[in-house]
Amino acid sequence: MASITLSDVRKVYPGGVEAVRGVSLDIADGEMVVLVGPSGCGKSTLLRMIAGLETISAGTVAIGGRVVNELEPAARDIAMVFQNYALYPHMSVRQNLAYGLKNRGTPAAEIARRIDAAAAILEIAPFLDRRPGQLSGGQRQRVAMGRAIVREPAAFLFDEPLSNLDAKLRVQMRVEIRRLQRSLATTSVYVTHDQLEAMTLADRLVVLNGGRIEQVGTPIELYEKPATSFVAAFIGSPAMNLLPAVRNGEAVTLPGGGKVAAALGPEVATLGIRPEDLVPGRRDDAAFTAELTVAAVELVGAESYVHGTTPEGGELVFRVAGRSAIAPGEGMMVSASAEALHRFGTEGRRLG
Amino acid sequence: MSRVVFPARVLPYLLLSPQIAITAVFFYWPASQALWQSVLREDPFGLKTTFVGLANFRSVLADPNYLQSARVTVVFSVATALLAMAAALWLASAAERVVRGRGLYRTLLIWPYAVAPAVAGMLWLFMFNPAMGTFAYMLRRAGYNWDPLLDPGQAMTMVVVAAAWKQISYNFLFFVAAMQSIPRSLIEAAAIDGAGSTKRFWTIVLPLIAPTTFFLLVVNTVYAFFDTFGIIHAVTGGGPARATETLVYKVYNDGFVHLSLGSSAAQSVILMAIVILLTAIQFRFVERRVHYG
Amino acid sequence: MQENRPLAGLVAHLVLVLGVLIVAFPIWYTFVASTHSLQTILSPPLPLVPGDRFLDNYGEALVGGIGQIGGVGIGRLLFNTAVMATAIAVGKIVISILSAYAIVFFRFPGRMVFFWLIFITLMLPVEVRILPTYKVMVDLGLIDTYTGLTLPLMASATATFLFRQFFLTIPPELVEAARIDGAGPMKFLRDILLPLSKTNIAALFVILFIYGWTQYLWPLLITSDSRMSTIVIALRKMVSFTDADTPWHLVMVVAILAILPPVMVVVLMQRWFVKGLVETEK
Ligand SMILES: Nc1ncnc2c1ncn2[C@@H]1O[C@H](COP(=O)(O)OP(=O)(O)OP(=O)(O)O)[C@@H](O)[C@H]1O
Ligand SMILES: [Mg+2]
Repeated sequence: MASITLSDVRKVYPGGVEAVRGVSLDIADGEMVVLVGPSGCGKSTLLRMIAGLETISAGTVAIGGRVVNELEPAARDIAMVFQNYALYPHMSVRQNLAYGLKNRGTPAAEIARRIDAAAAILEIAPFLDRRPGQLSGGQRQRVAMGRAIVREPAAFLFDEPLSNLDAKLRVQMRVEIRRLQRSLATTSVYVTHDQLEAMTLADRLVVLNGGRIEQVGTPIELYEKPATSFVAAFIGSPAMNLLPAVRNGEAVTLPGGGKVAAALGPEVATLGIRPEDLVPGRRDDAAFTAELTVAAVELVGAESYVHGTTPEGGELVFRVAGRSAIAPGEGMMVSASAEALHRFGTEGRRLG
Repeated sequence: MSRVVFPARVLPYLLLSPQIAITAVFFYWPASQALWQSVLREDPFGLKTTFVGLANFRSVLADPNYLQSARVTVVFSVATALLAMAAALWLASAAERVVRGRGLYRTLLIWPYAVAPAVAGMLWLFMFNPAMGTFAYMLRRAGYNWDPLLDPGQAMTMVVVAAAWKQISYNFLFFVAAMQSIPRSLIEAAAIDGAGSTKRFWTIVLPLIAPTTFFLLVVNTVYAFFDTFGIIHAVTGGGPARATETLVYKVYNDGFVHLSLGSSAAQSVILMAIVILLTAIQFRFVERRVHYG
Repeated sequence: MQENRPLAGLVAHLVLVLGVLIVAFPIWYTFVASTHSLQTILSPPLPLVPGDRFLDNYGEALVGGIGQIGGVGIGRLLFNTAVMATAIAVGKIVISILSAYAIVFFRFPGRMVFFWLIFITLMLPVEVRILPTYKVMVDLGLIDTYTGLTLPLMASATATFLFRQFFLTIPPELVEAARIDGAGPMKFLRDILLPLSKTNIAALFVILFIYGWTQYLWPLLITSDSRMSTIVIALRKMVSFTDADTPWHLVMVVAILAILPPVMVVVLMQRWFVKGLVETEK
């Protein structure tokens, strides 16, 4: 069990690519931190620097208070779960689990005990003598988890461990990883580009963009108070509506369509409204109203997403519960209350 | 993406050292000697050497015997490659068509791969030699004047057949593999389009196995150039009247029998250039397969 | 695809049977000759079925000792050839695995230089640089030694190239997982890479064993003492088509013995051989 501390960590690849540009982060003992961000933002690079699979160009990584910059992966007391599982294909499941322990000189009886315990938790006992090639994707995923668990490491590192699974299995394994991590209370760093996975797994979320941290916080914090328009757009599905705002003397207008009644302040450059905060119809107390022509209606089960265009050519999405009676081509009004408006400045920073 | 690697300073050099050492001593050293000697001339008693520039190359390339030998090599290589590949292709397309016994046929067809070229040559000569070869006997009984030890054309036929025979197995295995990798659906689509099996072979199968065919063409040419030394040496000794003296055989003969160092070295250098060319062609092909195949 | 054309199938079988006959006939003919007496062989046509001299001929060739090949027993020749084939196959595989491992799994200064130093030798056979190579062998005192017969043939880029191609297909995460599991480079080689290369090694062994067994020019140059000769060279020296004294019935026995071991290796290890040849040589 250990905390992980990153201090101004940077990575420049030999080709000159700056993949990570100064990341500082404290991960508490037993905490599950999820790194999210678009493809190429440096998530894997950061994780692999913690693991010791990439050299650290600048800054320090400490695990359990000990700076590990110069340590081999094996000496860092971490375990990693890979996207493609990276199980040794010529070894049985049992040998796969045992390999890392054997290399550390763990006594055979202890190895057997840990394998049995892990197999019981993960329900892989029936496959212990099979090869990875004889397992389904979900079973392989469990074995990969098992290989990490038996090590009883100071930290688990996950690099998109679920992205090779089908949607249903992914949800199931997600729940399981969460449960497991809670019960083992092992510090974990989890990389994903799936924001839903990130929201449901994380104690704290770290949104990365272009090698820098955009925001760190609990999933709810990030959802309710995104620090930047980037985070606002990244977290939440469907994404937040972001409308460019132009100041015109004292008033602020939205060139993409819609009207604001409330005072937005002079610095605002972007106005954000979550789809669930837009409601059909005109209300007198509304801070925002827009005229829409419905372009498409997506029914996703318990709710529907209505895509509409303003006369000025802007696009807005809003949510309606259940099956909606709205049909494409229909004209309508939508509005939002003042509390629902997220205001971002010219740099994309949140105002207020 | 770049490969994941182990951090180590000395180990990789240690791992490479056996191969590099052997390559340096037995490849680079003699090859540089050949280059060096190819621009020197030694007097007949080996007492004095003089630098002669490209004179050795000029005299080699002007030597009618050398040009004759180059012609022989081309005829021999082309004939061997064509014969070995045509026979193998024919057998492979037949093997594609049979349902039962494919494995057995394969087993029975791959033997010659294991036979040394020199032994292959001797076996064929044994069957066809005028003194007691059964086939020579039969040919003569049929009124044909058969004596490969005296007739240049017959000698060439003899070594070509022996060389091709040995190479059929290899080509067969590659053609079968290539044909098996053609998607069944393509063949079936052609069949639905009304193409008969012969038409399918020419219009679908043959174009699709073209990469393999090209690969085999290079391999067979290289084989005919170099690996057949044993056949020539054991069967005809380059004769009769230099009719089967290939370039490789000539290098050997000039160097070890006639002891003309400069000429042999110049010939070696020319041969190396030919191989490097063939290798470059092959290598490009190999790399392409690796990347896009 | 289901084809309802029995005639086409029959033709295909006929073609294959004909092919098998052509391909196998020289070997059968040799075997038949090795079981007949010298008189039968010298008066063609040779019968198509084995004769009754099998035990006599093979006994004479194997235990009688054959003066015609320089007083060296066939056992010795087979031993030399087996040593040569095995040493070349094993040596090449070991050397190639090590250098391919260095090139694929390490980054170090001069890596590309070494890569090209090795791959330029790809397919450049001894045949093209015979004389200077021979001189080097003489200078090093390697004539008539097993080292001379085998060592120079061990460095071939082909095997290194094949292993490199195979190693490049190993997922990088496997290396990372091993590093996290505490395996250093040599442990990774032993515990993971070698077991994964088993099939390739087996296949390459067959191919290289045959390569070593069928060598001709090299042993011809490197051995002058017939006690160091290989069976192929000895066979060549026994044969003279102009000399009436050639003991053909024994020559045929020697030919069969020269052919049999590599053929057995190919046929018995056929699965690996075919896989190795077709899947890796491209
Ligand atoms: N070995 C490398 N050499 C050079 N550049 C690299 C290397 N690995 C990654 N990069 C670059 O570094 C940046 C970050 O890569 P990284 O793999 O960390 O992204 P990621 O956030 O994990 O993306 P994804 O979600 O696609 O996995 C990218 O621009 C990538 O091209
Ligand atoms: Mg990644």
